[in-house]
Amino acid sequence: MTKTLIRYLPLLLLALVWEMAARFEWVSTTALPPLSDVVRAWIELMLDGELLRNSASSLYRIAGGLGLAIVVGTILGIGMAWWKPVNVLLAPIVEVFYPVPKSALIPVTVIWLGFGDGSKILLIFLGCMVPVTIGAFNGARASEQVMVWSARSMGASKLRVLWDVVMPGAMPELLNGIRTALALSFILLVSSELIVAQKGFGYLIGSLGAGGSYDAMYAVVLTVAFLGFAADRAYLEIVRRTLAWRSVA
Amino acid sequence: MNSDMQTPRNGVPEMLGRLAWTIVWGFARIFSIVALLAAWEILARTGTFTPFQLPALSAVLERIWSDAVSGDLAINAGLTLYRALTGFAICAVLGIAIGMAMSRNVVANWFFDPIVSVGFPMPKIAFLPVVILWLGVYDTAKITMIVVDAIFPVIAATVIAIQGVERELIWSARNMGASKRELLHQVILPAASPQIMTGLQVALPLSLIVAVVAEMLMGGYGLGGAMITAAQFANSTSVFAGIVEIAVIGYVLIKIMVLIRRRLLIWHPEANAPATA
Repeated sequence: MTKTLIRYLPLLLLALVWEMAARFEWVSTTALPPLSDVVRAWIELMLDGELLRNSASSLYRIAGGLGLAIVVGTILGIGMAWWKPVNVLLAPIVEVFYPVPKSALIPVTVIWLGFGDGSKILLIFLGCMVPVTIGAFNGARASEQVMVWSARSMGASKLRVLWDVVMPGAMPELLNGIRTALALSFILLVSSELIVAQKGFGYLIGSLGAGGSYDAMYAVVLTVAFLGFAADRAYLEIVRRTLAWRSVA
Repeated sequence: MNSDMQTPRNGVPEMLGRLAWTIVWGFARIFSIVALLAAWEILARTGTFTPFQLPALSAVLERIWSDAVSGDLAINAGLTLYRALTGFAICAVLGIAIGMAMSRNVVANWFFDPIVSVGFPMPKIAFLPVVILWLGVYDTAKITMIVVDAIFPVIAATVIAIQGVERELIWSARNMGASKRELLHQVILPAASPQIMTGLQVALPLSLIVAVVAEMLMGGYGLGGAMITAAQFANSTSVFAGIVEIAVIGYVLIKIMVLIRRRLLIWHPEANAPATA
């Protein structure tokens, strides 16, 4: 307990400096409303349901885009590692698409699917598919040939081998790719919602900022930042349990 | 001369065979890209999609050409690059410095460790409106946002890299009488450089992503700003031209980083292994 306290003391100190800087007006309170006001604004936003409504639509977009990206990316990546023709066809496309700053796709997804959920889901899907595909590909490619041979010689069908040997072997790299994708999904979500949206975190931040209620804007910004952080920690915990069977290694 | 010596003795047919194989392989490698581009052009021309949804590739290339001739391309791309690279340079210097301080100094580690471990996984782009509120919408704000976003991978990579330096190396150097400064400059930093470089290779594309988002939100010149203006005027040819331009810049930057890595780490065993872009 005390250990955690000492570890996270710097964050508390920063919060304290924030509160004091605003209270004693070392900086303009418009630019930096006191932390206590931000907390109050957060509670208000929660009570009138506005924050919950917008979180729901943001999380729906992330779930949709990331879910699709994980399914399609895993299939593509393992396909590329398993069947040579798939690799020949897809590897160049992945290589060209990989370095494209995905934020550049925001206006196009809007042109295609409008201002609503569709464009955000498409953007998150396109952006997150790349790290997932690469993770699955690298993981599956590295699966030990000896294990594949043994399983084959013991009479496992090709599909069986894919499911029982290659998939588990690819897991660590794949899960790592998904972690990158998770972080990216939040970045893409917030950027696209800040630029064009009618609901969601980014929209809420933008409209509160435009309306001059900066304490509420800070409240939403911190909420998004915390959610991104919490999602990453929760994911790591899930991964730790999923990969418990590997702990001997 | 060299290649002569390496060619097997049985001569011409073998060489022709290998040449044919190289050509087939090279063609296979670009086949899907060519097919994709052809499909783009055909789908746009046959009217499967309206020009608004998908302007023809030829029209997009023409637009890029006319942007290049009028000088808009140079201004926009130059500004975007300037912001992304300035932000990246600050991240590199500051990130490595903070990472080094954290691994050498207990107080620095105590202070920065929770900030990095909480800050790294956060979607820092959400702070963009706050940065605008503080610094306005010009270069300072954009570059600050880039630094806030892209510095974390550099710090984390530096800390992990220095932790991972083999103890034996450090002990030997100390034994042979290296001073603290010599130890850092001649042993620890070089030994840690591959991983630090990996951190920089994460930070560079991130800088470009953030530069484009910041420009889109704040407007003004720059590739992101130009794209958002074009989108507002429903000028989708320019939007697609922007994507192609940004994609090319991203591709070139990543390739340059790989080259720099090979150059800098030429002494390192990894230089012989295939680089992972």
